[in-house]
Amino acid sequence: MPNMSPYKVKIPEQPPEIRNKNFLEVSLGYTCEMAKEEAQRCLQCKTKPCMAGCPVNVKIPDFILHIACGEFEKAYEIINETNRLPAICGRVCPQESQCEKFCVRGVKGEPVGIGRLERFAADWYMSNRSPKAENIHRTQTKVAVIGSGPAGLTCAGDLAGMGYDVTIFEAFHTPGGVLMYGIPEFRLPKDLVQKEIENLKQLGVKINTNMVIGKVFSLEELQQEGYQAIFIGSGAGLPNFMGIPGENLNGVYSSNEFLTRINLMKAYRFPQYDTPVRVGRNVAVIGGGNVAMDAARSAKRLGAEKVYIVYRRSEKELPARLEEVHHAREEGIIFKLLTNPTQILGTEDGWVQGMECVEMELGEPDKSGRRRPIEKKNSKHVLDVDIVIIAIGQSPNPLIKSTTQNLDTYDWGGIIAEEATGATSIPGIYAGGDAVTGAATVILAMGSGKNAAKAIDQYLKRQGYY
Amino acid sequence: MYKIIKKETLSPSVKLMKIEAAFIARKAEPGQFIILRVSEKGERIPLTIADYDRAEGTVTIIFQEVGKTTKELGKMEEGQELLDFVGPLGTASHFENIKKAAVIGGGLGTAIAYPQAKKLHNLGIEVHSVIGFRNKDLIILENEMSKVSNKLIVATDDGSNGIKGFVTDELKKLIEQGNTYDLVIAIGPLIMMKAVCILTKQYDIKTIVSMNPVMIDGTGMCGGCRVTVGGNTKFACVDGPDFDGHEVDFDEAIRRQMMYKSFEKQALEDHACRLGGASNA
Ligand SMILES: Cc1cc2nc3c(=O)[nH]c(=O)nc-3n(C[C@H](O)[C@H](O)[C@H](O)COP(=O)(O)OP(=O)(O)OC[C@H]3O[C@@H](n4cnc5c(N)ncnc54)[C@H](O)[C@@H]3O)c2cc1C
Ligand code: FES
Repeated sequence: MPNMSPYKVKIPEQPPEIRNKNFLEVSLGYTCEMAKEEAQRCLQCKTKPCMAGCPVNVKIPDFILHIACGEFEKAYEIINETNRLPAICGRVCPQESQCEKFCVRGVKGEPVGIGRLERFAADWYMSNRSPKAENIHRTQTKVAVIGSGPAGLTCAGDLAGMGYDVTIFEAFHTPGGVLMYGIPEFRLPKDLVQKEIENLKQLGVKINTNMVIGKVFSLEELQQEGYQAIFIGSGAGLPNFMGIPGENLNGVYSSNEFLTRINLMKAYRFPQYDTPVRVGRNVAVIGGGNVAMDAARSAKRLGAEKVYIVYRRSEKELPARLEEVHHAREEGIIFKLLTNPTQILGTEDGWVQGMECVEMELGEPDKSGRRRPIEKKNSKHVLDVDIVIIAIGQSPNPLIKSTTQNLDTYDWGGIIAEEATGATSIPGIYAGGDAVTGAATVILAMGSGKNAAKAIDQYLKRQGYY
Repeated sequence: MYKIIKKETLSPSVKLMKIEAAFIARKAEPGQFIILRVSEKGERIPLTIADYDRAEGTVTIIFQEVGKTTKELGKMEEGQELLDFVGPLGTASHFENIKKAAVIGGGLGTAIAYPQAKKLHNLGIEVHSVIGFRNKDLIILENEMSKVSNKLIVATDDGSNGIKGFVTDELKKLIEQGNTYDLVIAIGPLIMMKAVCILTKQYDIKTIVSMNPVMIDGTGMCGGCRVTVGGNTKFACVDGPDFDGHEVDFDEAIRRQMMYKSFEKQALEDHACRLGGASNA
């Protein structure tokens, strides 16, 4: 008999007024009992509409059924067949616009907490089982993967699982991409990311850090080194600025810089760690996506008094995950919606002392179908802030493009790749993730890494390798 | 990986290290830099590639012990290994249609200017070098610079080596003596580079400077290293670090240098304190 409660089983969380002063994980996860109870809300629909919403086709009703029966290990194994990073996806996927969007229970009440259950199964497995050594037939064929974000990790893991000799080349000193330098500890513990990466190493994936491809090796040189195929998963690391006056004042950060200092370099533990970050008294974060929420919540945790999210459209258009907006509000972040910055004001010696903004209203829909914000007359006002963080998006880094002849890209920098396979304009070179789509999501990056792994396998077999 | 093959003391606070980094040595060019990390809790700091040996697979760095990281680095010995060493980063310098050049090095900037002077020299260009230091104990790379320069002037602020004066004064003298330079390369403190640029602008001599802002990744992903050049924002780590000195907004760069000054002091004090009270080190 299914559990017919219209609500998800509540998930334990740190109280807002406590967690906005620490970097420990916000959500504590389900206990076994809670997970079973939530799993029983699943109606086991024959048509499995939820699965269609998952970019990597996790067998959702199947794994949930096993959780409902208390067979947690089996549940994990089912997820792991199609998703190599479940502990991560359970935490950061925008479930409300994917699997849970199609859940029949969502019609009258809340959908089944698929993300929470996925996370539960992965966490349970991590603390109760050690990864099994898979018995894989190994080949000598070498594949290079550039970048160790979710796209690169997934592609590498799948290829290693097929027996290829896979090496990841990562520019930073730590693998993980945005999972390590962007998404904060309180949302995605870094130990957990490293454990998932450890599992991939167990599978045979080699990771070379401190390797900026395009500088230390070109793609052509990698081919000469004997890599028969290459996957580019270099992400969208180039921060966009607004182009308004005052952006180079002291106290203006790109979200990338602010979050990298905090997450990768652990500036929140300065001076135990050497890298500092300036937080100031009042902080304005420009943007409305996950990145903006992460920056704002980090600033709050580091002691800022007032933290504003400044976003030029309305609540409805906020691109962040629902849960993040909700958590940010609970933690005391102030939302200045329909507000657009026009200028950052500085002191004589070059420090931020305020941000001039105008109010906006929504006009006709633009090409993207979203109503275009237009400026309200006489609405100019100044926000009293001393730190400004710009979180209006990232573009792909031009480094690889500029050092690779014949690699076709869009004007905005994205690598042109076939959607189903990741094939680029150069035979044997594939690409996926944010490097192709521009800043998107973890799961889409993983999906593209998976597709590319399949295509690379076929390509190599066609070439007579394997 | 990244083993210290050789360590030398150039002046009381300036050290040279040769690091094993074969892949980087293979690709390195003058004007490029590396980023290193000494320890797990350490900062990432950029240092110019002072020299490289492709056959031996080594990269040479020269640094002044000013902050916590460089002090820690200075304590490391031959045979020990650095935790991280990444490069070659930045855009290499290009020299075309140049017959005669002046290379100006201010203090530690001399270490950054040296590979440029060497490259010019190897291209058959006549090189006049002017290097300046606060006093004679701080002079570095005099021999190396003299080997790659047709003329070398070493000046000190206090005249303790015989030639008293600033590098700008010496450069001005050279120009007024009738030397016509197609290019000036000026590398040193921002104030010095600004002064050189004001001078060379008067004579309309193309001047290249090397910017050294705060950096994290060195690959263009954080934007912390931005400088304004010709009214546009540039990322020093990928678009530079060399820029046309007459286009650089030095005043902004000088202000941006202050961003973490108070933290640097705190890190150093904390460091000194931990060294003093070894119990909880
Ligand atoms: C702060 C923040 C919060 C986010 N929150 C969410 C969320 O909640 N949910 C969600 O689904 N998505 C979220 N995203 C988006 C998501 O993280 C990205 O879409 C995803 O990480 C893209 O994966 P990727 O593998 O394509 O690239 P990345 O994760 O960017 O990884 C690329 C890697 O390649 C390396 N690299 C780049 N160039 C080179 C080179 N030349 N040589 C070698 N290595 C190179 C980089 O150092 C990096 O490690 C967030 C992003 C940010 C920044
Ligand atoms: S150091 Fe980060 S962009 Fe230049």
